[in-house]
Amino acid sequence: MPRFSAGARVYIVDLGKTGHVRIPWYVRYKEGEIERYCGAYANPEDLAYARHDRPKVDLYRVRLRQTDLWPDYDGEKRDTLDIEVYDHWLEPAGDEP
Amino acid sequence: MNDRKGRFVSHPDDDATVIEGHAGADYYALMTEATRQLLIERGLLIQSDIDAVIASLEAPRPEWGAMIVARAWRDDAYRARLLADGSGAAAEMGFRIKEAQLVVVENSPTLHNLVVCTLCSCYPRSLLGQPPWWYISKSYRARAVREPRRVLAELGLVIPPEVELRVHDSNADMRYLVLPMAPADSGTLDEAALAKLVTRDAMIGASLAGKDATMPFGRSKPHG
Repeated sequence: MPRFSAGARVYIVDLGKTGHVRIPWYVRYKEGEIERYCGAYANPEDLAYARHDRPKVDLYRVRLRQTDLWPDYDGEKRDTLDIEVYDHWLEPAGDEP
Repeated sequence: MNDRKGRFVSHPDDDATVIEGHAGADYYALMTEATRQLLIERGLLIQSDIDAVIASLEAPRPEWGAMIVARAWRDDAYRARLLADGSGAAAEMGFRIKEAQLVVVENSPTLHNLVVCTLCSCYPRSLLGQPPWWYISKSYRARAVREPRRVLAELGLVIPPEVELRVHDSNADMRYLVLPMAPADSGTLDEAALAKLVTRDAMIGASLAGKDATMPFGRSKPHG
Protein backbone atom coordinates (compact mmCIF):
# COMPACT_ATOMS: atom_id res chain seq x y z
CA MET A 1 0.00 0.00 0.00
CA PRO A 2 1.74 3.21 -1.10
CA ARG A 3 2.10 5.90 1.55
CA PHE A 4 0.77 8.73 -0.64
CA SER A 5 -2.15 9.07 -3.04
CA ALA A 6 -2.51 11.34 -6.03
CA GLY A 7 -3.10 14.91 -4.91
CA ALA A 8 -1.28 14.58 -1.56
CA ARG A 9 1.06 17.45 -0.71
CA VAL A 10 4.63 16.30 -0.14
CA TYR A 11 7.98 17.76 0.80
CA ILE A 12 11.16 16.48 -0.86
CA VAL A 13 13.88 15.99 1.72
CA ASP A 14 17.65 15.98 1.39
CA LEU A 15 19.02 12.69 2.66
CA GLY A 16 22.59 13.81 2.13
CA LYS A 17 23.43 10.54 0.45
CA THR A 18 26.32 10.18 -1.95
CA GLY A 19 26.62 7.75 -4.82
CA HIS A 20 24.05 6.94 -7.47
CA VAL A 21 21.28 9.23 -6.23
CA ARG A 22 18.50 10.12 -8.68
CA ILE A 23 16.99 13.06 -6.79
CA PRO A 24 18.56 16.24 -8.19
CA TRP A 25 19.44 19.12 -5.93
CA TYR A 26 17.02 21.56 -7.46
CA VAL A 27 13.98 19.71 -6.11
CA ARG A 28 15.25 19.09 -2.59
CA TYR A 29 13.65 21.20 0.17
CA LYS A 30 10.73 21.83 -2.19
CA GLU A 31 7.05 21.11 -1.88
CA GLY A 32 4.82 19.58 -4.50
CA GLU A 33 1.86 17.34 -5.12
CA ILE A 34 1.73 13.63 -5.92
CA GLU A 35 0.75 13.29 -9.59
CA ARG A 36 0.65 9.49 -9.61
CA TYR A 37 2.00 6.40 -7.98
CA CYS A 38 4.34 4.65 -10.43
CA GLY A 39 4.80 1.29 -8.68
CA ALA A 40 7.68 -0.23 -6.72
CA TYR A 41 11.13 -0.41 -8.26
CA ALA A 42 14.60 -1.47 -7.29
CA ASN A 43 16.30 1.44 -5.53
CA PRO A 44 19.00 2.85 -7.84
CA GLU A 45 20.98 3.81 -4.74
CA ASP A 46 21.39 0.05 -4.13
CA LEU A 47 21.27 -1.19 -7.69
CA ALA A 48 24.32 0.85 -8.72
CA TYR A 49 26.36 -1.18 -6.22
CA ALA A 50 24.90 -4.55 -7.25
CA ARG A 51 22.88 -4.87 -4.05
CA HIS A 52 20.13 -6.87 -5.71
CA ASP A 53 18.69 -8.32 -2.51
CA ARG A 54 17.29 -5.03 -1.18
CA PRO A 55 13.53 -4.45 -1.12
CA LYS A 56 11.90 -2.46 -3.86
CA VAL A 57 10.83 1.08 -3.06
CA ASP A 58 7.71 3.01 -4.01
CA LEU A 59 8.13 5.58 -6.74
CA TYR A 60 5.91 8.60 -7.34
CA ARG A 61 5.70 11.41 -9.84
CA VAL A 62 5.62 14.74 -8.02
CA ARG A 63 4.35 17.93 -9.63
CA LEU A 64 5.97 21.20 -8.55
CA ARG A 65 5.32 24.80 -9.52
CA GLN A 66 8.21 26.38 -11.38
CA THR A 67 7.87 29.51 -9.25
CA ASP A 68 8.46 27.34 -6.16
CA LEU A 69 11.57 25.81 -7.71
CA TRP A 70 13.09 29.07 -8.89
CA PRO A 71 12.22 32.28 -7.03
CA ASP A 72 13.24 34.32 -10.09
CA TYR A 73 11.49 32.07 -12.65
CA ASP A 74 10.66 34.31 -15.59
CA GLY A 75 8.11 32.10 -17.34
CA GLU A 76 4.43 31.93 -16.44
CA LYS A 77 3.06 31.30 -12.95
CA ARG A 78 1.04 28.39 -14.35
CA ASP A 79 4.18 26.48 -15.44
CA THR A 80 4.94 23.21 -13.72
CA LEU A 81 7.55 20.46 -13.54
CA ASP A 82 6.97 16.74 -12.95
CA ILE A 83 9.73 14.58 -11.52
CA GLU A 84 10.02 11.05 -10.13
CA VAL A 85 10.81 10.73 -6.43
CA TYR A 86 11.31 7.56 -4.38
CA ASP A 87 9.30 7.22 -1.20
CA HIS A 88 12.19 7.61 1.23
CA TRP A 89 12.90 11.11 -0.15
CA LEU A 90 9.36 12.28 0.69
CA GLU A 91 7.64 13.58 3.80
CA PRO A 92 4.06 14.76 4.14
CA ALA A 93 4.08 18.52 3.56
CA GLY A 94 3.63 20.61 6.66
CA ASP A 95 5.43 18.19 9.00
CA GLU A 96 8.32 20.20 10.32
CA PRO A 97 11.30 17.89 10.81
CA MET B 1 18.90 27.34 -2.64
CA ASN B 2 16.89 27.78 0.53
CA ASP B 3 15.39 25.15 2.77
CA ARG B 4 11.80 25.24 4.01
CA LYS B 5 12.74 27.65 6.80
CA GLY B 6 14.41 29.99 4.36
CA ARG B 7 17.94 29.11 5.35
CA PHE B 8 20.49 29.08 2.59
CA VAL B 9 21.71 25.61 1.73
CA SER B 10 24.89 25.37 -0.25
CA HIS B 11 25.24 23.19 -3.28
CA PRO B 12 28.01 20.63 -2.93
CA ASP B 13 30.91 21.01 -5.27
CA ASP B 14 29.92 17.86 -7.02
CA ASP B 15 31.17 17.37 -10.54
CA ALA B 16 29.18 14.30 -11.51
CA THR B 17 30.11 12.33 -14.55
CA VAL B 18 28.72 13.96 -17.65
CA ILE B 19 28.33 12.86 -21.22
CA GLU B 20 29.94 15.70 -23.09
CA GLY B 21 33.44 16.99 -22.50
CA HIS B 22 34.09 13.83 -20.55
CA ALA B 23 37.82 13.78 -19.91
CA GLY B 24 39.08 10.29 -20.48
CA ALA B 25 36.60 9.37 -23.21
CA ASP B 26 39.46 8.04 -25.33
CA TYR B 27 40.62 5.94 -22.42
CA TYR B 28 37.21 4.30 -22.06
CA ALA B 29 36.91 3.72 -25.79
CA LEU B 30 40.26 1.95 -25.72
CA MET B 31 39.31 -0.10 -22.66
CA THR B 32 36.04 -1.12 -24.32
CA GLU B 33 37.84 -2.31 -27.41
CA ALA B 34 40.47 -4.17 -25.37
CA THR B 35 37.73 -5.85 -23.32
CA ARG B 36 35.89 -6.87 -26.49
CA GLN B 37 39.03 -8.45 -27.91
CA LEU B 38 39.78 -10.32 -24.69
CA LEU B 39 36.23 -11.67 -24.37
CA ILE B 40 36.36 -12.98 -27.92
CA GLU B 41 39.88 -14.42 -27.57
CA ARG B 42 38.83 -16.34 -24.49
CA GLY B 43 35.69 -17.67 -26.12
CA LEU B 44 33.28 -15.92 -23.76
CA LEU B 45 31.60 -14.01 -26.58
CA ILE B 46 31.43 -14.38 -30.32
CA GLN B 47 31.32 -11.41 -32.65
CA SER B 48 27.78 -12.23 -33.78
CA ASP B 49 26.54 -11.80 -30.16
CA ILE B 50 27.91 -8.27 -30.17
CA ASP B 51 26.51 -7.55 -33.63
CA ALA B 52 23.07 -8.74 -32.51
CA VAL B 53 23.05 -6.41 -29.50
CA ILE B 54 24.19 -3.48 -31.62
CA ALA B 55 21.49 -4.26 -34.18
CA SER B 56 18.80 -4.31 -31.49
CA LEU B 57 20.07 -0.97 -30.16
CA GLU B 58 20.03 0.55 -33.62
CA ALA B 59 16.64 -0.81 -34.75
CA PRO B 60 14.29 1.56 -32.87
CA ARG B 61 13.66 4.86 -34.61
CA PRO B 62 11.38 7.89 -34.35
CA GLU B 63 9.07 6.43 -37.01
CA TRP B 64 7.98 3.79 -34.51
CA GLY B 65 6.80 6.46 -32.09
CA ALA B 66 5.17 8.35 -34.96
CA MET B 67 3.04 5.27 -35.76
CA ILE B 68 1.80 5.23 -32.16
CA VAL B 69 0.99 8.95 -32.25
CA ALA B 70 -0.88 8.63 -35.55
CA ARG B 71 -2.94 5.74 -34.18
CA ALA B 72 -3.80 7.80 -31.09
CA TRP B 73 -4.96 10.69 -33.30
CA ARG B 74 -7.30 8.43 -35.27
CA ASP B 75 -8.55 6.13 -32.51
CA ASP B 76 -9.88 7.65 -29.28
CA ALA B 77 -10.05 4.31 -27.48
CA TYR B 78 -6.40 3.66 -28.34
CA ARG B 79 -5.46 7.16 -27.15
CA ALA B 80 -7.14 6.49 -23.82
CA ARG B 81 -5.23 3.22 -23.40
CA LEU B 82 -1.99 4.93 -24.44
CA LEU B 83 -2.38 7.63 -21.79
CA ALA B 84 -3.33 5.08 -19.13
CA ASP B 85 -0.59 2.55 -19.93
CA GLY B 86 1.99 3.65 -22.47
CA SER B 87 3.97 0.40 -22.47
CA GLY B 88 0.83 -1.71 -22.92
CA ALA B 89 -0.46 0.43 -25.78
CA ALA B 90 2.95 0.35 -27.49
CA ALA B 91 2.94 -3.46 -27.17
CA GLU B 92 -0.42 -3.58 -28.94
CA MET B 93 1.39 -2.23 -31.98
CA GLY B 94 4.27 -4.64 -31.61
CA PHE B 95 6.73 -2.31 -29.87
CA ARG B 96 8.21 -3.72 -26.70
CA ILE B 97 9.26 -1.01 -24.27
CA LYS B 98 12.33 -2.36 -22.53
CA GLU B 99 12.65 0.45 -19.99
CA ALA B 100 10.48 0.25 -16.86
CA GLN B 101 7.41 2.13 -18.08
CA LEU B 102 6.46 4.43 -20.89
CA VAL B 103 4.50 7.46 -19.70
CA VAL B 104 2.70 9.32 -22.49
CA VAL B 105 1.87 12.97 -21.85
CA GLU B 106 -0.66 14.72 -24.06
CA ASN B 107 -0.43 18.24 -25.40
CA SER B 108 -3.64 20.27 -25.58
CA PRO B 109 -4.63 23.85 -26.39
CA THR B 110 -3.91 24.69 -22.73
CA LEU B 111 -0.88 22.48 -22.01
CA HIS B 112 2.48 21.88 -23.67
CA ASN B 113 4.84 19.14 -22.44
CA LEU B 114 8.63 19.05 -22.71
CA VAL B 115 10.93 16.17 -21.76
CA VAL B 116 14.46 16.40 -20.38
CA CYS B 117 16.76 14.20 -18.34
CA THR B 118 18.75 16.54 -16.11
CA LEU B 119 20.92 13.83 -14.57
CA CYS B 120 22.06 12.01 -17.69
CA SER B 121 20.25 11.17 -20.94
CA CYS B 122 17.28 8.92 -20.11
CA TYR B 123 15.11 8.61 -23.20
CA PRO B 124 12.70 5.98 -24.59
CA ARG B 125 15.51 4.38 -26.60
CA SER B 126 13.74 1.06 -27.13
CA LEU B 127 11.05 2.97 -29.05
CA LEU B 128 12.66 6.09 -30.55
CA GLY B 129 16.28 5.00 -30.80
CA GLN B 130 19.17 7.11 -29.57
CA PRO B 131 18.42 10.65 -28.40
CA PRO B 132 19.49 13.64 -30.50
CA TRP B 133 22.84 15.20 -29.61
CA TRP B 134 21.32 18.31 -28.06
CA TYR B 135 19.18 16.24 -25.68
CA ILE B 136 22.31 15.01 -23.90
CA SER B 137 24.07 18.40 -23.96
CA LYS B 138 24.69 19.98 -20.58
CA SER B 139 23.13 23.26 -21.65
CA TYR B 140 19.82 21.67 -22.65
CA ARG B 141 19.72 19.56 -19.50
CA ALA B 142 20.33 22.56 -17.27
CA ARG B 143 18.21 25.13 -19.07
CA ALA B 144 15.17 23.00 -19.93
CA VAL B 145 14.15 22.95 -16.27
CA ARG B 146 15.38 26.46 -15.41
CA GLU B 147 14.10 28.57 -18.31
CA PRO B 148 12.15 26.24 -20.60
CA ARG B 149 10.20 28.99 -22.36
CA ARG B 150 13.43 30.70 -23.39
CA VAL B 151 14.91 27.44 -24.62
CA LEU B 152 11.86 26.71 -26.75
CA ALA B 153 11.65 30.28 -28.04
CA GLU B 154 15.27 30.11 -29.17
CA LEU B 155 14.22 27.05 -31.14
CA GLY B 156 11.39 28.91 -32.77
CA LEU B 157 8.60 27.53 -30.61
CA VAL B 158 6.90 30.30 -28.64
CA ILE B 159 4.50 28.94 -26.04
CA PRO B 160 1.68 31.46 -25.52
CA PRO B 161 1.38 32.82 -21.96
CA GLU B 162 -2.06 31.28 -21.50
CA VAL B 163 -0.66 27.80 -22.17
CA GLU B 164 0.84 25.92 -19.23
CA LEU B 165 4.33 24.61 -19.95
CA ARG B 166 5.03 21.38 -18.09
CA VAL B 167 8.57 20.01 -18.02
CA HIS B 168 9.10 16.32 -17.28
CA ASP B 169 12.43 15.47 -15.71
CA SER B 170 13.06 11.88 -16.79
CA ASN B 171 15.24 11.24 -13.76
CA ALA B 172 14.44 7.70 -12.66
CA ASP B 173 12.45 4.70 -13.92
CA MET B 174 9.85 6.18 -16.28
CA ARG B 175 10.45 7.13 -19.90
CA TYR B 176 8.39 9.81 -21.61
CA LEU B 177 6.71 10.32 -24.96
CA VAL B 178 4.89 13.53 -25.80
CA LEU B 179 1.62 13.05 -27.69
CA PRO B 180 1.53 16.21 -29.81
CA MET B 181 -1.66 17.82 -31.05
CA ALA B 182 -2.76 16.74 -34.50
CA PRO B 183 -2.25 19.51 -37.06
CA ALA B 184 -5.46 21.37 -37.79
CA ASP B 185 -5.49 20.47 -41.48
CA SER B 186 -4.90 16.74 -41.02
CA GLY B 187 -8.54 15.64 -40.76
CA THR B 188 -8.72 13.59 -43.93
CA LEU B 189 -5.31 11.88 -43.78
CA ASP B 190 -4.93 8.19 -43.02
CA GLU B 191 -2.61 6.89 -40.31
CA ALA B 192 0.37 6.38 -42.60
CA ALA B 193 0.15 9.96 -43.87
CA LEU B 194 -0.38 11.29 -40.34
CA ALA B 195 2.70 9.47 -39.06
CA LYS B 196 4.81 11.42 -41.54
CA LEU B 197 3.82 14.63 -39.73
CA VAL B 198 5.25 13.43 -36.42
CA THR B 199 8.89 14.31 -35.92
CA ARG B 200 11.25 13.07 -33.26
CA ASP B 201 11.43 16.55 -31.76
CA ALA B 202 7.64 16.78 -31.55
CA MET B 203 7.64 13.62 -29.41
CA ILE B 204 10.13 15.31 -27.03
CA GLY B 205 8.06 18.49 -26.98
CA ALA B 206 10.73 20.59 -28.69
CA SER B 207 8.56 21.28 -31.72
CA LEU B 208 5.00 20.81 -32.94
CA ALA B 209 3.77 18.06 -35.21
CA GLY B 210 2.99 18.82 -38.80
CA LYS B 211 5.67 21.38 -39.39
CA ASP B 212 6.93 19.38 -42.33
CA ALA B 213 9.96 17.89 -40.64
CA THR B 214 11.00 21.22 -39.17
CA MET B 215 13.90 20.32 -36.94
CA PRO B 216 14.70 23.31 -34.77
CA PHE B 217 17.80 21.69 -33.36
CA GLY B 218 18.94 20.23 -36.66
CA ARG B 219 19.43 16.61 -37.53
CA SER B 220 23.12 16.39 -36.88
CA LYS B 221 25.72 18.03 -34.75
CA PRO B 222 26.84 21.21 -36.49
CA HIS B 223 30.40 20.98 -35.28
CA GLY B 224 32.65 18.17 -34.21
